[in-house]
Amino acid sequence: MGTPDEILANAAAGGDRAAFAVLVQRHYDRVFGLAYRLTGARAEAQDLTQDICAALPAKLQHWRGEARFTTWLYRVVVNAAHDRRRRQATHVRAATGWGDWEIARQDEITVQAEAQDWLAQAMARLSVELRDTVALVLGEEMTQADAGTILGVSEGTIAWRMSEVKKRLRAMAAEEAK
Amino acid sequence: MMDDLAALKTALRPPAPDAAAKEAAIRLAMENFDRLQGSDAALRPTQDRPKRAGFLNGVRAMIQAFNSRPVLAATTSVAALCLGLVVILPLTGQGPVSRAPLAVQPPKAETAAPQTARKVAPDAVAPVQTDTVIAEIQMEETATVAEAPMPTLAAPKAAPVSELSGMVADSPAPAPDSTESFANAPANPVKITAEEPISTFSIDIDKASYAVVRSSLNTGFLPDPASVRVEEIVNYFPYAYPAPEAGQAFRPAVAVMPTPWNPDTRLVRIALQGASVSVENRPALNLVFLIDTSGSMDEPNKLPLLKQSLALMLDQLHAQDQVAIVAYAGSAGQVLAPTFASDRATIMASLDRLGAGGSTAGAEGLALAYQVAESMAAEGEVSRVLLATDGDFNVGLADPEALKDYVAAKRQTGVYLSVLGFGRGNLDDATMQALAQNGNGTAAYIDTLSEARKVLVDQVAGALYPIADNVKIQVEWNPAQVAEYRLIGYETRSLRREDFNNDKVDAGEIGAGTAVTALYEITAPDSPALRNDPLRYGTAAAVKGSDELGFLRLRSVAPGETVSSLQETPIMAGGAVDDDARFAAAVAGFGQLLTGATYLGDWGWDQAIELALSARGEDAFGYRIEAVNLMRLAKALSAP
Repeated sequence: MGTPDEILANAAAGGDRAAFAVLVQRHYDRVFGLAYRLTGARAEAQDLTQDICAALPAKLQHWRGEARFTTWLYRVVVNAAHDRRRRQATHVRAATGWGDWEIARQDEITVQAEAQDWLAQAMARLSVELRDTVALVLGEEMTQADAGTILGVSEGTIAWRMSEVKKRLRAMAAEEAK
Repeated sequence: MMDDLAALKTALRPPAPDAAAKEAAIRLAMENFDRLQGSDAALRPTQDRPKRAGFLNGVRAMIQAFNSRPVLAATTSVAALCLGLVVILPLTGQGPVSRAPLAVQPPKAETAAPQTARKVAPDAVAPVQTDTVIAEIQMEETATVAEAPMPTLAAPKAAPVSELSGMVADSPAPAPDSTESFANAPANPVKITAEEPISTFSIDIDKASYAVVRSSLNTGFLPDPASVRVEEIVNYFPYAYPAPEAGQAFRPAVAVMPTPWNPDTRLVRIALQGASVSVENRPALNLVFLIDTSGSMDEPNKLPLLKQSLALMLDQLHAQDQVAIVAYAGSAGQVLAPTFASDRATIMASLDRLGAGGSTAGAEGLALAYQVAESMAAEGEVSRVLLATDGDFNVGLADPEALKDYVAAKRQTGVYLSVLGFGRGNLDDATMQALAQNGNGTAAYIDTLSEARKVLVDQVAGALYPIADNVKIQVEWNPAQVAEYRLIGYETRSLRREDFNNDKVDAGEIGAGTAVTALYEITAPDSPALRNDPLRYGTAAAVKGSDELGFLRLRSVAPGETVSSLQETPIMAGGAVDDDARFAAAVAGFGQLLTGATYLGDWGWDQAIELALSARGEDAFGYRIEAVNLMRLAKALSAP
C-alpha cells in the first residue's frame, strides 16, 4: 500500500492536487460500496457518491488529521446519506418509505436477481437506524465500536440494534415459513 | 439466526461501480478541488506561505494531536510518518494529467481495500509499541471532540476500547474510556495520633460504588480506581448488628480484631445499626419518580431496566402512598399526576409510555419534581424525589455546584432526594453522589434486576425513611494505646474537626433498618509496623493509665429537628470477632486492592478471597459469594 491516507489527506487539505487525486481514486469504490449499503440501490448510490465527491474538497477543509481518514470518510458518507434521505422525505416516492418504491423499482427492472428482492424486503423491514447499523457492521464488517463512533452512538446501542435486526429477520423468516 | 444475517450480508455486497460514473464523479471532485484552491489562494496572504505549506501544516497538526506525555514515545512514529512524506514527494511533483490512467484502474484491485486500508494508521505508527497505541487512542479521542459540529457525534468515546484491547491483548485490560466521572479523593494517609488525635467524618450509606465495580468486572475490565470508594463496598453488604434499644435511633457496635494484611496492627470496626420501622405503621409516602428519558437512556440496561425496577417497587407500596412521575429530556413534563399506589394499572401504563429521546434537561426536571412533591406533601407524610438517570445532566442548570445548592435548599422543605444510576458510558457518578448527599438521600447504582430488588424492595425502608439525619462520627484516639491510625475509605466524607459540633454542616443520613460500618487500622506505640519514626525532640509524653483505645462520639439530628444530640462510647480492645467483622475486613481489602493497595504489603487477591470465603456466614441472598466471585474475576484481570 502506498502513502498512508492520513498523509495524503493532510497534503490535500493543504492544497496538494495530486494527493487529492490519489485519495479520491483510492476511496471511490469504498464510498460507493457504503453508499449502496446505505441506500440499497445502485443508481442512488452512484448519485450519492457523486455528491460526496463534489463536496469532498470543501469537507477536507475540516479535516484535522486527528482521526483515521477512513473513519472520517465513513462519517462523511453516513451524514451525506442522512441528508439525502431527509431531502427525499419530501418527495412523494420516498414518503411511503424506502421499501415500497424500492420494490416498485425492482418490479420495473424485473430482471434483478431474487437476492436483491429479498434484500430490499429485508431492509424495508428495518428502520433507518437499523439499516445504517447493518450497512456498517455487516456490510463494511466494522466492529461495533467503530460503527458506534461513526453513527455517534455507544457500542451498546449498536449491539442492541444488531440484536433487533436479528429479531426482525427471525420474524420475517417465521412469516415466510407460513 | 446467523443464516439470515449471513444472507443479509451476502445480499449487501455492492455491485461494481460504473466506470463512467466513477470517472465523472472524480472529475467533478477535481474541478471542485481546483475551484476551492483558486478562491482560497486569493484569500490567503501568499508571501509568507511557501508552496508546500500544506505539508508542513498537516504535519504540525498531526504532531499537535499527540498529547505531551506520549510525545517522546511518539517521536519515532512521527519519524516514520515523515519518511512517508518523503516517499510521496515525487508523486506530488507530477502533473494531474499523468495521473489520468489511474481513473480507469480496475476496481477489483481496490475492492479488497476496506480491510487493509483501515489498518493503515496503525501500520504507520507500528515501530513503537504500547505507548504509541496510547497516543493513537488519544488522537482518536481528540478527533471525536474536534468533529463535534457534526450532530451525530454525541458520545462515541467508548469506541476506541475494543481496538486497544485488541492491539495490546497481552496486557491487563484498562477500564473502558468514557465520559463517566467519579467522585473520589486520594486514599486517607496514616495519621500520627500525637499530632492529630481526632478523626471526623460523615457516615455514608451509599452503595453505588460496589455496583459500578461489579459492572466493570463483569464486563471484563478492572474498574477505574477513581470509581472505587472502599466504604461503599464495605457498606454494600448486610451485617447482623445488634438492634438499637427502644427509643434509640441507632446503636453503635465496636469490635477490634487483628488486621488480616498486617500482623502488627489491629482493625477497629465501628458499626451503627439503625432502628427499623414497622412496615405496617409507617407513615404514608409521597414518591415522585423523576425519570431521565434522554436519548442516552435508550439502551436495554437503562430505561427498560428502570421501568422493571420501578414496577418491582410499586408492589412494596401501601394503598395510601402516592406516586407521581415527571419525565425529563429535551423538556420536562409531568407524566403522571399524583396517583394512589392502589391504582397500579394507571401507574404502570404511564411508566410503559415513557420513551427515550432528546437531550437532558435535568435541572428543569428537578425543579418540576420538587414542585410536584411539595404539592403532595401533607402532615406526617414522607416525601421523596427519586431521580433515575444515567447521569447525563447536559442541559439547563449544568453547573454542579448550583445544582447542589438547589438540592440542599430543597432539603429544608422536608423533601429528600435519592438518586438511582442506570447504565454505563456517561454515568456521572460525581454529580449523582453530590445530589444525593446534598438531598439527604442515597445514591444507588442499578445494573441488574436483582440489584434493583436489593435497593428498591429489600432495603426500600432504609432508602425512604430517614431515622437520623446529619450523622457524624468523631473518634479521638488515645496516644498511649494508638500511635498511628488510618481510616479506610470515607475519603469523600471527611469533615473538619470543628464541623462535628456545628449542626449547620451537613452529613449523612441513616435510614430505617440500615447499618453503617467504618474501619480503622490502628498501630500500637510499640508495634514494629509503625510507619513514622519518633521525633528526635519528642512530643509531650502520652498520658498513661487508660486502657481505652479511643473514644467514639456520634452526633445526629432526629428527622424534622434542627439540634443534634450526642452519643458517646469508649473503644475498648477485645470484643468478639464474628464473621461480619472479618467479612468487612475482607471486602475492605478488596476495595484497597482495586485502588492500589498501598498499605496491604504482600496481602493479595488469594488472601482476600480466602478470608471472604471463610467469613461468608449464612449469606441468605448470596451477596457475599458474589463478592468472592468478583474478587476472583479481579484477580484474573489483574494478573500480569
